[in-house]
Amino acid sequence: MDAFMLDGNAVAGLLHEVFGGEMTTASGTCANCGSTAQVGAVHVFRSAGVVLRCPSCDNVLAKFVERRTQICVDLSGLRLLARPEQ
Amino acid sequence: MEGAALLGRLTWELAEVVDLVVENPRVKTLALDVPEWPGHRTGQHVDVRLTAEDGYQAERSYSIASAPSGNRVELTVETLEDGEVSPYLTDVLRPGDKLELRGPIGGYFVWELATGGPVLLVGGGSGVVPLMAMIRERAAAGSDVDLRLLYSSRTWDDVIYRDELERLAGGGLTVTHTLTRSQPEGWTGYSRRVDGEMLAEVGPAAADRPHVYVCGPTPFVEAVAAALVAQGHEPQRIKTERFGPTGG
Repeated sequence: MDAFMLDGNAVAGLLHEVFGGEMTTASGTCANCGSTAQVGAVHVFRSAGVVLRCPSCDNVLAKFVERRTQICVDLSGLRLLARPEQ
Repeated sequence: MEGAALLGRLTWELAEVVDLVVENPRVKTLALDVPEWPGHRTGQHVDVRLTAEDGYQAERSYSIASAPSGNRVELTVETLEDGEVSPYLTDVLRPGDKLELRGPIGGYFVWELATGGPVLLVGGGSGVVPLMAMIRERAAAGSDVDLRLLYSSRTWDDVIYRDELERLAGGGLTVTHTLTRSQPEGWTGYSRRVDGEMLAEVGPAAADRPHVYVCGPTPFVEAVAAALVAQGHEPQRIKTERFGPTGG
């Protein structure tokens, strides 16, 4: 267990900004192990950017890096991201 | 069209500090007036942004402590000594000052009256804040839903909302404290970290399928969630929110 670990709730504002809506109740399917978790429950690590990891297998699901005028998003660790209609 | 384009957008708003309440030596509640506040669901949070004169910005998330009530939003903030944001919020801000925030944010760690019960809330330190919003909403509605709070603090003086919790307890709400570091003389309550035995005694049992909300520092949340799963609680019914050890 990493004491620096947070969860998806901690980056709800950033995710809202990127996806234009509430994302912590969206469900993400891991491209590595196939398990599905709500975004609020995935593991989050922050340093220069934000990394979302699968709570089942620790695979990197997504990476977010903010630059001066851009937010760069890598979603290659997600097979599916499904958000309830809002 | 403009309305559609704005739908779902999260914008920074200026809120005004209308009141400051000392909860304990390290914790204060900021009551804010947020014009155009759309209302919130208990368990949601806001992002607060501070901008220095040179343009440097720092952003932090704070749970909303109050039940929905017009434009008034209360945040309970613990001062972290090396924090960039919290010392400003708790030591510098005065009523009348303005603050940038956006929200409400989040939908995962949310309990509403319609969610129903039984409910088990487990809070560690200032992790009690979003749980208090749930307790306040229940009280404001005069609900008698079975709701149990297990609240871990280091000492009796560290307990946030102590008097209000005492006042609200009863009629389906139980409040159980555990004091992990020191206890007042004559203390008969728990005096250890939350464990499986304590969770079983506080209940509700896994068979009653309670909605469970756990909020606190990451190691606290991990330990409590693992103990709950070991007792047969369904992982899907255990909602967690973790605080980092740094940053505030």
